[in-house]
Amino acid sequence: MSASTAVSLKGVLKEYQRADYSVRALDHITLDIPSGQFFCLMGPSGSGKSTLLHLVAGIDRPTDGTVEVLGSAIGEMDDRSLARWRSQNIGYIFQSFNLVPVMTAAENVELPLLLTHLSKKERRERARSALEIVGLGDRMGHRPQQLSGGQEQRVAIARAIVTDPSIILADEPTGELDAQSATDVLTILETLNANHAKTIIMVTHDPRARQYAKESRYLDKGKMTEMPEIQ
Amino acid sequence: MLIPITYNFRNLLVRKTTTIMTALGVALTVAVMLGVGTLVEGLRTSLVAGGDPLHLIVMRQGSTAELVSIVSKEDFDVIKFSPGIAQLDGEPMASHEVISVVQLPLRDDPTSEANVSVRGLATMGIKLRHDVELIEGRWFTPGKREMVVGQGVHGKRANTDIGEKILYGRGDWEVVGVFSAGQSAFNSEIWVDVNLAGTDLGRGGSLSSVLVRAQDSAAAAALQNLVGDDQRLGLEAERESEYYAKQMVSADPVRYLGMFVAVIMAIGSCFAAMNTMFAAVANRAPEIRILRLLGFSRTSILASFMLESVLLSLLGGLLGCVLVLPLNGLEGRIGNFMTFAESTFQFRLTLDYVVGGLIFAATMGVMGGLLPAWLAARREVLQSLGDR
Repeated sequence: MSASTAVSLKGVLKEYQRADYSVRALDHITLDIPSGQFFCLMGPSGSGKSTLLHLVAGIDRPTDGTVEVLGSAIGEMDDRSLARWRSQNIGYIFQSFNLVPVMTAAENVELPLLLTHLSKKERRERARSALEIVGLGDRMGHRPQQLSGGQEQRVAIARAIVTDPSIILADEPTGELDAQSATDVLTILETLNANHAKTIIMVTHDPRARQYAKESRYLDKGKMTEMPEIQ
Repeated sequence: MLIPITYNFRNLLVRKTTTIMTALGVALTVAVMLGVGTLVEGLRTSLVAGGDPLHLIVMRQGSTAELVSIVSKEDFDVIKFSPGIAQLDGEPMASHEVISVVQLPLRDDPTSEANVSVRGLATMGIKLRHDVELIEGRWFTPGKREMVVGQGVHGKRANTDIGEKILYGRGDWEVVGVFSAGQSAFNSEIWVDVNLAGTDLGRGGSLSSVLVRAQDSAAAAALQNLVGDDQRLGLEAERESEYYAKQMVSADPVRYLGMFVAVIMAIGSCFAAMNTMFAAVANRAPEIRILRLLGFSRTSILASFMLESVLLSLLGGLLGCVLVLPLNGLEGRIGNFMTFAESTFQFRLTLDYVVGGLIFAATMGVMGGLLPAWLAARREVLQSLGDR
């Protein structure tokens, strides 16, 4: 793995055991994603896209093979070290935003900073900066239910970048958004990649999203395949 | 790092209905516990206030109460001149007294009768009770059928106003005064002249008890031993404070029943809190997942949900205290199994009981929140994620 490789998967196998059968979510995947890449992973539902994202985030472990992220073999870390490593290096964006409904936009963005040694004032300043980057500097005191879906996702992006992580993982970030909001979100991700040197790994069904990525791959039944013509 | 407490407060506010219903359950439990507590505390205050540590009550050996004791005039003379007894104006501070009861109906409900203690005593007996003061009328005149009623009896029982007459012993006795004894049990008594009462009751010189005041604590202990060791007397002396403290047994049935009900209700409240917290954990699965993903430890999640459960119960505890507040200072009556008479007392809500009630509520929160919080903390980050 070279110094410029952000993510390296080697022969990664992931199987889920059920009562009387097993499901192979990823079938010996080998993949390198360089730092600063805007990488798009497409594929049908159940193809293993999110599983791959979970392995990169260290919230799941491979059945076989190795996952190295930013030079760390995350499969060898214990849960506590992994949680600390993840909070410093990974920002995660969900399809369904997953904001805490009783907290304001600023408080939601501040959440990851509670695990740092920053003062309250510093945390609030960082949250303000992150929200300004996503164009919501004037919505700091708004609760999620007072925001549109697109705005909620932008708050989620601010939360993902507030700790200044190297890698942002986006799991269907436009899945619940209208066309305009989806474009806004994708533009922000593109800006973060271009202007802030963030490595972005995005999983999506959305063919439009692919146009923002520098590299796209297709996953089907746990295997990397050629991108279908329809895409 | 712990999850901010505002997160828990706001979640409680968001689930207003379940928060209020659960808090009400806890509030009622705490109210029952505190209600019993205020009764017990009121009665304790009433009985403890009646006991002076330098006072000794002398009764027949084996007697549990003055009402069933006999102390003769001869024995009284022996005790009165024993060493260590305090003097007042050259007279030993000793009082030979007779205790009996009279049945009096409630003023507002003539069908509801209760025994009221009637204490026959001399002037020295009144002087020995230094907290007692006349608040209306005058003291009885020795040799006359006159009564002075305690504040707890006056106006509540029939014929207890000044000028009214009560049938007692061999005839009618006129009420001539009202006394206050602070918060002590004497408030529930009627006082009369000892000699006339003894005669009316056919007791002659054999009355119920002797009350003496020792010069100091050492003298009280010595006097206690002296009376107990004198085989001729067949009497025993007990500190007045201890004698009245023993009468707390009268509150035991109420206390035990109240505690039993409170414990049963507490178990119910624990389940209510548990149910509420289970629902909270289920509804907030995505939040728990994101908190874990952001790096919050299982301990933080456990602490957060436990805190929320305790906050919820403390809210109920505070509400329970508020519910019981109107009881504070109210007058209550309870049958005293030792004197066979009714004692009046004031319900007392003390800071100790409030703190105890809040601790009780918090304990319910801990018991009810432990399992849901533990399950929340055990949730895996991946749990309930859809696309694999």
